[in-house]
Order: sequence, then C-alpha cells, then structure tokens
Amino acid sequence: MIQLIDVSKTFTSDNITIDAVKDVNFNIEKSEIFGVIGYSGAGKSTLVRCINLLERPSKGQVLIDGVDLIQLKEKDLRVYRQKIGMIFQQFNLLASRTVFENVAFPLRYQGLGKKQIEEKVMYLLELVGITDKADAYPSKLSGGQKQRVAIARALANDPGILLCDEATSALDPQTTQSILKLLKEVNKKLGITIIIITHEMSVIKEICNRVAVMENGCIVELNDVISIFSNPQAQITKDFINTTSNLSHIDELIKEKSSIVNLENGQSLCRLDFYGSNTADPIISYISRKFNVTASIIFGNVEVISETVLGSLVVILSGLMENQQQVLEYLNDNNIRVEVIKNA
Amino acid sequence: MLDLLARYTPNLLDYSDEFIKSIGETLQMLLFSGIYSFIVGLFIGTLLVVTRKGNILENTFIHQVIDKLVNLFRSIPFVILITALIPLTKIIVGTFIGVKGAIFPLVVGCTPFFIRQVDMALSDIDYGLIEAAQSMGISPIGIIFRVYLKESIPALARSVTITSISLLGLTAMGGAVGGGGLGSFVVRYGHNRFYQDITYVSVIVILILVSIMQCIGNFIIKKTSH
Repeated sequence: MIQLIDVSKTFTSDNITIDAVKDVNFNIEKSEIFGVIGYSGAGKSTLVRCINLLERPSKGQVLIDGVDLIQLKEKDLRVYRQKIGMIFQQFNLLASRTVFENVAFPLRYQGLGKKQIEEKVMYLLELVGITDKADAYPSKLSGGQKQRVAIARALANDPGILLCDEATSALDPQTTQSILKLLKEVNKKLGITIIIITHEMSVIKEICNRVAVMENGCIVELNDVISIFSNPQAQITKDFINTTSNLSHIDELIKEKSSIVNLENGQSLCRLDFYGSNTADPIISYISRKFNVTASIIFGNVEVISETVLGSLVVILSGLMENQQQVLEYLNDNNIRVEVIKNA
Repeated sequence: MLDLLARYTPNLLDYSDEFIKSIGETLQMLLFSGIYSFIVGLFIGTLLVVTRKGNILENTFIHQVIDKLVNLFRSIPFVILITALIPLTKIIVGTFIGVKGAIFPLVVGCTPFFIRQVDMALSDIDYGLIEAAQSMGISPIGIIFRVYLKESIPALARSVTITSISLLGLTAMGGAVGGGGLGSFVVRYGHNRFYQDITYVSVIVILILVSIMQCIGNFIIKKTSH
C-alpha cells in the first residue's frame, strides 16, 4: 500500500517559490489502478516523482507498506526503488542498447546468471508482445513498441508498483488503447499496483479504479471512477468529463439558437443522467405510457466504465405541464438525475 | 624515384634521418599526451557534469573549482603555458626539453579542452535516461558508467577526434620551443634555413596524420551510433 501524508513540494529559483504539490494526502491500495489527472502544470508529474523520490518532497511522508522512504539512506532507497517500476512519456530507452539489453539493464547486480537473465528478458518481452524485436535498437521502433519495451524494462525487477508518467501522451489513440490494454493485463496477471498520470480523461475512463483530480498542486477531488463520472463535484472535473462526451455541445447549440433545440409551447429541454441498473429505454417508453409525456432524444452518450453503464440523454419533453412535473418526480425517485436545461 | 626526390626535395633528402625521427617524436608526443589527457580529461569532465546543480552527485564547490580551472587554463595561450610550466615540468619529469619534457605541458594544455568536450558530450544525454536509471535503483557509479559514458560513446569518439587533431597542433607548437618532433624540425630547417621543401613535405605528413585520425574517428562514430 502506498500512503502519501501531507506531501508538499516547493521549488525555489531566483527567489521565486512555486508550490508544485501542496499537502497531498491519499492511500493507494495494493493491485489498484489509480489515476491522477490534471492540466499540464498542475503538479501531477512532480507528485508521481515524489512516490519514488526522484523528487524529494519538501515535507510530508511517503509510506510504502508502512516504510517512510524519505527516512531511508540512499542505499536502502535504491533497493526500494527496484520495487517501484516507472515508465515515461518519452520512453527513455537507452539508444546504444538493443531491446534485449534495455530490458536486461536493471537486472545486473541482481545475482542472476546469464541464462536466468535471458529467460527473464524473453519472458518479459513475451508478456509485452514484442519478442520479435529483441535484437533491434530503439531507433528502429515505433512509439508504441518503445513503450512496450519500457514497460518490460520497468517490470524486470518484479516491482509491486508501476508508475506511469504520461505514458500514453506521446502516442496516437489506437496505440494508446493497446498500451492501456497491456497495462490492464499486467495489473491482472501480476497484481501490480499501477499509478497513472495523464491529462486525458479517456485514459482514466479506460483503465482506472480510482482517480484524483489535481489543480494548482492540490487534489480537488478524489473518488472511484464511476462516482467521478456520474457525479462530478469540482468544476475542473466537469470540464474533464465534458472532453470525453459530446453532451457539452448542447450548451453551444442553445447559445447558437439552433433549430434542433427550438422549443414549442409546453415543451422542456432536459438532461437525464443514469447509471448502473437503470437503462434509458424502458423509462422513456414508460413515461409516455404512464404520464402521456413524450420524450424525443436529441443527444445521447452511453459509457461503460468498469462494467457499469453510465449514460446521459438530452431530451425534449412534450405534454401537459403537470404531467411533466410528475415525470420529473418519477425520474428522481428512480435515481435518474434530471436537469431542466430550458423551458419554453 | 630517388632522382625525383633529389630534384624536388634536395634538403629533405639530406636530413631524412632527422625527418623520420621527428615524425616518430611527434607520434610519441601525440600518443602519450593523448592517453594521459584522455584519462584525466574523461575523469574530470565526468566529475564536472555529475556535480552540476541538479545532477546525480550535485556538489557546487567541486563543480565551480573545476569549471574555473578549466576556463583559466583554456585562456592561456599554449606557447606561454609551456614556458610558465617549465619549473613544474622540471620537478615532475626532471627535464623540460625533448619529447619527455613536452608531454607534461601538452597534457596540461590539452586536458582542459578535452574536459569541455566531455562536458558537452555527456550533457547531451537526455536527463530522462538518468531519471529512468535512478528509478531502477541504479547507483551513481552505475549511472556514470552504464548510462553517461556508455550512451555517449559516439559523442566521445567525436570529442577524441577533435581533441587529437588539436593536440597535434599543440605538439608542433611544443616542438618550436624545444620539444622536438615535426614542429621543431620545420622551425630549424624550413624556417631558420628556409628549406621550403622540408616545410611542404612536413605539411603533407601532418595532413595525412589528421586524415587518418579523422577516418578512425568517423569509423568508430559510425560503428557505435544506433
């Protein structure tokens, strides 16, 4: 388990102090995939570097299974670091070494024989699906392949934790998907705890169990991914979620007075958010039968996050005003969040 | 062939023994001062890089001392340096003339130049690689040898080539003030007695030496770049 207690990091240069990370507290459970999202400059990279002390926190404690890394001597810290793998946005492979040698790089001084190293490296290359490139130099690889090699290298010392610092930010969407899939597999197969730093909500959605949202060095929101997506609290979280769905377009359409959102008398424009067991279809047919209110769908967005359905609909309700009121109450009672965007 | 040489390089033929000996001396000076400068320069240059602020063995004091000394020695013209070093050379090697007396000042003159070259080569390594190695729990010594030096072999090969060529220039200058080698040979005969054929043939020999060094350098760079 990883515990950060009151971790702060202050940089000073030319008498200007910058609080890159401010009083961060959280625990990360074993085998969890934990995301940290924020805009660039929010301090998330500094935060993840505080976990393996590539950046020494100005204050606070970093506990790995109860041991405060900050109190350790250099030499003992290095032993702990071997159990914390790390991958980077720019891959950081050694250009003068082949793929094989890159993966074997951290295995030196581990008391392994040549044969054992070879077996281990080949096992890791197979795990990340890149055995055919063992003798290639990094310059001959694509970005996705490089990151696979970096993952294999980070796993060489059988770490319990894998830190991913913007590991997919330099990759195209398809490659990002395949790398995330690999990380998920690694998490399942090896039970390794993964911490992912990213500025893309889609990455969080794809793979994380819990997520911390960072802004100006502080964590403004921390929750499991379903809760974050279904009920975001902070404005920045809402902004991030909007980047992954097209629902925010409705505001633009209203602003532009588009004909799609033109309401006639007795109509209202509503947004319905539902998740889990509620699914939209029966509800919409039910309200039309029961309350005589029709709902025409303008926008829809359905996500599946950690096997939970998370949907949003923008609909125009038409019918008697009092019936519409009943509909709203009925929806509320059924755990569907309703927001009336506009009344005619 | 001999007729041809006799016609175009009559003086050189007269002093051919001394000419061959001079080439040997130049090579000797180049080799020995080159090896010493390489070892000392690589060591101090690496120290300069890793003690820089924010680097793996940050130490402002050591860094500043090396940095200032390098600048100091680099700013002294070699002919003056060699003269200024005479007392020290005498203490260290016992004599300040001949090949033996030239090697020490050559090392002192060449090493700061090479240190700067090493500094540039190692500083070119993406610091991300150092961070990656640190994150694997590799010790500073391991990082120096397995990342800094290993990854910058092509750049270091380039540095060694440039430094060797400039060192060849220094050996000629050292020769002019009593060191021996092609420099002193050309000064004695080409310059003082105005035997022009000696000057030109020496120029050709030096050109060949430079080309050989450049070729070896390029070959190593090509072999080690991936």
